[in-house]
Amino acid sequence: MTWETVIGLETHVELATAAKLFCACTTAFGGAPNTHCCPVCMGMPGTLPALNARAVELAAKAALALGCTVAPVSRFDRKNYFYPDLPKAYQISQFYAPLGRNGAVELDDGTVVGIHELHLEEDAGKLVHDRGRGQTLADFNRCGVPLIEIVTEPDLRTADQVIAYLERLRETLQYLGVSDCKMQEGSLRCDVNLSVRPAGSTELGVRTEMKNLSSFRAISRAIAWEAGRQAALLEAGGQVTQQTLRWDEDRQLALAMRAKEDARDYRYFPDPDLPPVELDGAYLDRLRGEQPELAPARRARYQRDWALSADDAATLTGQRALAEFFEALTALGTPPRQAANWVMGEVLGALSARGMEAARMPLTPPTLARLIALVGEGKLNRNTAVRVFEAVFDADGDVDEYVKAHGLEQVSDAEVVAQAVEHVLAACPGPAADYRAGKEKAFGFLVGQVMRELRGQAAPAVVHRILREKLEHTP
Amino acid sequence: MDLRELTALELGALLRSGEVTCAQAAAASRAAIAAAQPDNNAFLTVAEGPAPAPDLAASPLAGVPMAYKDNICTKGMPTTCASKILGNFTPCYDAAAAERLRRAGAVSMGKLNMDEFAMGSTSETSFYGPVKNPWDLSRSPGGSSGGAAAAVAAGEVWYAVGSDTGGSIRQPASHCGVTGMKPTYGAVSRYGLVAYASSLDQLGPIARSAADCAAVLDIMMGRDARDPTSLDLPAGGLLAALTGRLRGKKIGLPRQCFGDGLEDAVRAAVLAAAGVLKERGAQLEWFDLPVMSYAVPAYYVIACAEASSNLARFDGVRYGWRAEGGGDLETLYRRTRTEGFGSEVRRRILLGTFVLSAGYYDAYYKRALRARAAIGQAFGRAFQKYDLLLTPVAPAAAPRLGESLSDPLKMYLSDVYTVPANLAGLPALSMPCGFDGDGLPIGAQLLGPAGGELAVLDAAHAFQQETDWHKRRPPARKTAERSPSPAEPERKGGSL
Repeated sequence: MTWETVIGLETHVELATAAKLFCACTTAFGGAPNTHCCPVCMGMPGTLPALNARAVELAAKAALALGCTVAPVSRFDRKNYFYPDLPKAYQISQFYAPLGRNGAVELDDGTVVGIHELHLEEDAGKLVHDRGRGQTLADFNRCGVPLIEIVTEPDLRTADQVIAYLERLRETLQYLGVSDCKMQEGSLRCDVNLSVRPAGSTELGVRTEMKNLSSFRAISRAIAWEAGRQAALLEAGGQVTQQTLRWDEDRQLALAMRAKEDARDYRYFPDPDLPPVELDGAYLDRLRGEQPELAPARRARYQRDWALSADDAATLTGQRALAEFFEALTALGTPPRQAANWVMGEVLGALSARGMEAARMPLTPPTLARLIALVGEGKLNRNTAVRVFEAVFDADGDVDEYVKAHGLEQVSDAEVVAQAVEHVLAACPGPAADYRAGKEKAFGFLVGQVMRELRGQAAPAVVHRILREKLEHTP
Repeated sequence: MDLRELTALELGALLRSGEVTCAQAAAASRAAIAAAQPDNNAFLTVAEGPAPAPDLAASPLAGVPMAYKDNICTKGMPTTCASKILGNFTPCYDAAAAERLRRAGAVSMGKLNMDEFAMGSTSETSFYGPVKNPWDLSRSPGGSSGGAAAAVAAGEVWYAVGSDTGGSIRQPASHCGVTGMKPTYGAVSRYGLVAYASSLDQLGPIARSAADCAAVLDIMMGRDARDPTSLDLPAGGLLAALTGRLRGKKIGLPRQCFGDGLEDAVRAAVLAAAGVLKERGAQLEWFDLPVMSYAVPAYYVIACAEASSNLARFDGVRYGWRAEGGGDLETLYRRTRTEGFGSEVRRRILLGTFVLSAGYYDAYYKRALRARAAIGQAFGRAFQKYDLLLTPVAPAAAPRLGESLSDPLKMYLSDVYTVPANLAGLPALSMPCGFDGDGLPIGAQLLGPAGGELAVLDAAHAFQQETDWHKRRPPARKTAERSPSPAEPERKGGSL
């Protein structure tokens, strides 16, 4: 029998706020254990949560960009359970009235992934198990860090679609500045709900939920593993049990965490400490107005308006800051093709050599635009321009001044070049003779010598013309 | 001059005029505490060391000795909620109200006994022994702010700050013959008040007069960003605005508050108070408030539901008491919480856990919320017609110690007149209005619309200009013979 896999995702994304969701503590990643805490996020007796308005704003931006209906009134609820990483013994989340509902994301293959809901909640702390000493230690630095949870409808069918959805989600949230979406730092985490059914069936099978998926690769493998396990089970006449699984990346398999019967009763109820979140139309209009053009629209525009290839458009829009840098170059008059080549070549190269994000790049568009213009005007040759690029990348600066200060202007003056050519021909009679004897290869050598004589700053076309004239007109 | 005969404002005036020094006031308070503590067990912690020298210009109450109920966090001073589970807990922060009072020159003499986690109406559920009523030591002072009411009644401090979730300020004030007020929900920041039921809890004063209460509220009230449920009511100015004028005010008397279950002596005293208000020019009118019958069941469902969640953090992991003996995590939780909480707290946690459980949420919790909304609407309609409402505070005067614990349901039902103000978030005040045949104080309750603190206080002020019930003191109990001992009171139950 052919089986169809049906997947829905629950993705937790850490919001890019400076402060936690309900107190002023920093959200910075890392830090010595229990140094990013205060009585509020530690849930000390008598303390109360005070909502960070910036977190609401980022969540609402995300909800709008994912096509959700943003509730004019949403509420916080308490999810009650005991665990040592949860100091209040409840997590403040949104259960009965989430911020966003009924969104949709369209993938490049045309698949429309429904967004069931998007809600705000606080992160828990972290337990560190010290097996050597048989101790478990608690670090509450993450406690109270704002998250949004984005729950899809069961609209995904393959691991590739899942990855495409997650990449789109990550790109969108990064474009919005809602999250940095770093999986390795846990700021994007994804749980996979998966079931299988006979191809053609419209009913949903019994699903499992997989947790602890720490990379896109792990997600792909876990989906393949679990879909295979469920299909084999059903083929053999068995039944899938509804349960939560934990993916073990080292062993490449998933193990049961808890069965449905063990499911906790979280006793959700509205948090009496927090008034409802009320977002009016004017507020949402402002957020809509602030929404940047997202990557898919930019990719389409680059291909349509500037005839860039799909791959180039994708590379240029990989980071919002990179795309904006590129567009700023074109706005300064740099021909799009040249701008694209510089950005995809030198700029991306320099960024990756430094492990730097485009948003942190010191180089500004006017500087690079001027540099590219100098090449176009024949005042710098491209190799020299690359040297200048490397010199100004880390501190920006005035390209013209740099070129002047370092005497890097391209030499196009025929007299200067002719002088150098004569000098070279006199110094290298052998290669000159070889050329006249028909060895074209010797010409390249002589060009190189002339360029060296002129410290690499000569205009190649001028060197070629004068060298040929001299070789052909002098015995 | 016996300073204990003065109101807080009178003492404050003498301090400012220099007739009495802060040290003298503090010494009088210390001596009174030392004398009364063995009898009434009102204090759990007595402040040590020399009293601070406050800026006497900071407020009319600067330099006046006072104390806090022990569920109000005080930086560097134990805050136990009268529970074993927080027996060793000392906060590293002040409650917002304590911060404001400190800035206003309040001199804290320590922390006051109460029902454990404010759960109870008699101050007998304290892990550190019951509080006794200064009017009759065989009786309860009421609860849960029983230590606060007893300490003010016994002249140990001039005012106290308590908390009121279902009557916990007003009912003990009534039983101890003092004046207590629960302001509008949100009028005083709850930051630093250890939560019992967050949507009902509110801090307020217990003092010797409505004017004293106004002075304390002038200091405590005001918006606080740390408590998102706190309101931006006009802060300050209550005391200055008291006029004692009642002419033209319409006061409603809900028939349902004067019917079955109310002792005759209480009915007579409250109706006599109504008569005084009428003489001062108020118009009285009977009306029906049938929603009263929902109030107690709705209150206990909501309060217990919130409590089950609020008290879940006391798990022995980070602070507070932890059960001895190893075992896995669940064993640690179970044993710590079973041994750390008293039976009334466990009962309410279990009740609250039950009503929030899958399958019961709609039948209990959601219905209780609907009842609460109906009560709020009914009071809203009443206040379209009346400026104030007048009711009894409790069906009877102070019960004998031990009488209520055996019958929790009876104890819950005795909250019937006080819980509606919490469910509807309204300001309500208890003022002394007489005595029963046993010589026990009786209180009358005035309720106002949300934000109507001034109207409530002004009516009580008018009443107190006309009467002297609030000036009566419990019979002195040979206190002079006891040698003053400023030592910390002995705590019953050990573990400290």
